[in-house]
Amino acid sequence: MALIATKNPLLTVGWEKGDAGWGIKEYEARGGYQALRKILAEKTPPENIIAELKASVLRGRGGAGFPTGLKWSFMPKVINGDRYVVCNSDEGEPGTFKDRDLLRFDPHSVIEGMAIAAYVMSANRGYNYIHGEVFEIYQRFEEALDEARAAGLIGQNILGSGFSFELFAHHGYGAYICGEETGLLESIEGKKGQPRFKPPFPATFGLYGKPTTINNTETFAAVPYILKMGGEQYLNLGKPNNGGTKLFSISGHVNKPGNYEIPMGMPFAELLEMAGGMRGGRKLKAVIPGGSSAPVLPADIMMQCTMDYDSIAKAGSMLGSGAIIVMDETVCMVKALERLSYFYFEESCGQCTPCREGTGWLYRVVHRIENGQGRQEDLDLLMSVTDNIMGRTICALGDAASLPVRSFVQHFKSEFEHHIQNCTCLVPHDVQRAGSSFYM
Amino acid sequence: MRLTDKTMLSQEALKLIDREVAKYPVDQKQSAVMAALAIAQDEKGWLARETIEYVANYLEMPPIAAYEVASFYNMYDLDPVGKYKITVCTNLPCALSGGVHAADYVKEKLGIDFNETTADGKFTLKEGECMGACGDAPVMLVNNKRMCSFMTPAQIDKLLAECK
Repeated sequence: MALIATKNPLLTVGWEKGDAGWGIKEYEARGGYQALRKILAEKTPPENIIAELKASVLRGRGGAGFPTGLKWSFMPKVINGDRYVVCNSDEGEPGTFKDRDLLRFDPHSVIEGMAIAAYVMSANRGYNYIHGEVFEIYQRFEEALDEARAAGLIGQNILGSGFSFELFAHHGYGAYICGEETGLLESIEGKKGQPRFKPPFPATFGLYGKPTTINNTETFAAVPYILKMGGEQYLNLGKPNNGGTKLFSISGHVNKPGNYEIPMGMPFAELLEMAGGMRGGRKLKAVIPGGSSAPVLPADIMMQCTMDYDSIAKAGSMLGSGAIIVMDETVCMVKALERLSYFYFEESCGQCTPCREGTGWLYRVVHRIENGQGRQEDLDLLMSVTDNIMGRTICALGDAASLPVRSFVQHFKSEFEHHIQNCTCLVPHDVQRAGSSFYM
Repeated sequence: MRLTDKTMLSQEALKLIDREVAKYPVDQKQSAVMAALAIAQDEKGWLARETIEYVANYLEMPPIAAYEVASFYNMYDLDPVGKYKITVCTNLPCALSGGVHAADYVKEKLGIDFNETTADGKFTLKEGECMGACGDAPVMLVNNKRMCSFMTPAQIDKLLAECK
């Protein structure tokens, strides 16, 4: 189990009991389903709920940081016809593992959030798309759905309100690209998960061609808590334009990797301290602050950042999904980039030529630099390949493959040059080997 | 509809597939193809071309569309695998905490490389991409279902010994 530490726990209150606290009884005992019950009993006008979400400045927790209240207001107002609410739990961005624990320890908060979303947007069917590799989490969510159905909290005519919402789990089977929202919709339709051209956006042409709203797991989970405490109060937990608390997944060279819930805007240095500091007391070298697709930042820049969308963006990276990959001085930055480049090469869906071919070029060139066969012109070549990928593809995977390359070379150019000139690593191999702690 | 071989999948498997079909609108049976292929793979060990075709026919979709799905997603096996398929995540966050070294350790113990099967047909080793469990590194997935966390050499020895 991933370790947890919190300051002002909100989303993680239910995590304290570990695997004993996920059930519907426990969830209701800590105030769960009250927001949904109240809305259905009072027939709260949907626009009031959207207004509350806008006041909270809840921003999408999947990576894009788009304001949730605004997204919900995009759904067409016409009442007739099918419409869908979809949860994106296809958590496969290297470094991210928060939704897995959310679904494991507090699945009902996601169900409640989705039911409220469905009420607001007059959807009567929803799907939660769960990452392929976490089968046990998929099973848990299915169990939670059975509980919610048995309690009449999802299904037909919920609590006699006349509102109906059917919710199901869809299990992925190993494709990073399905985390892209339209690739995910294609996947639910039983196809290859190849992203669609946008526009049209899912709000007008989504699942089965019907209006659809897709949010991340953590976004849905936050909704009931926001409605209970009030949008403004939620906003005040964080900082202006960066409302509330957020889950951060910390991996790599820290003493206590795991999930941390902190108020938005906490200094990175403080968060690093919460995670037990650097493993073995070694020196921080670099941090990828928002999942593998976010540009890497050198230690000195990162130590000046606070953990919110605006601060990380100003430093030249992205908060993304809140996945913080911490690297110490034992890391060879060329090797680190080689592994990430292989990932994007492997996971490109093959639909757009610049990405399909370009990710292969990126991987092969970084691979040859790492293996002592780099050429003088290779760094320029890498930049040129990224120039020819970025902005020329249907979805963001091409950009996601390019940003690490650009930022690794930008910030750690001397390591790449050393590799090319000396055909060897700047960081000795035994030092690298010690870094992983596997042989301890 | 062509369902040539009535014995291709067991009644239990078909029941599980029907349960998946029921999750989607009546005219969207194809939505269940991912689950149906996974169920078929669980029963057969891997997905032969005729198994994929059977699933496609069962869901009233073109076999090529089912084959596209089976070949697109990493967790389907289009070739026979050992009784225990062990997938090790070696992506960067895992590698920082021993993912690559754990894979090396398994390779040495089993005497096979990635995408190989031991001579006795017991183990197949695969290199995985992000499993969404980076905080628990090194992580390994057994037969697509069981996630094993914090895999030290001792834990790996234990896991391999448990696989009878």
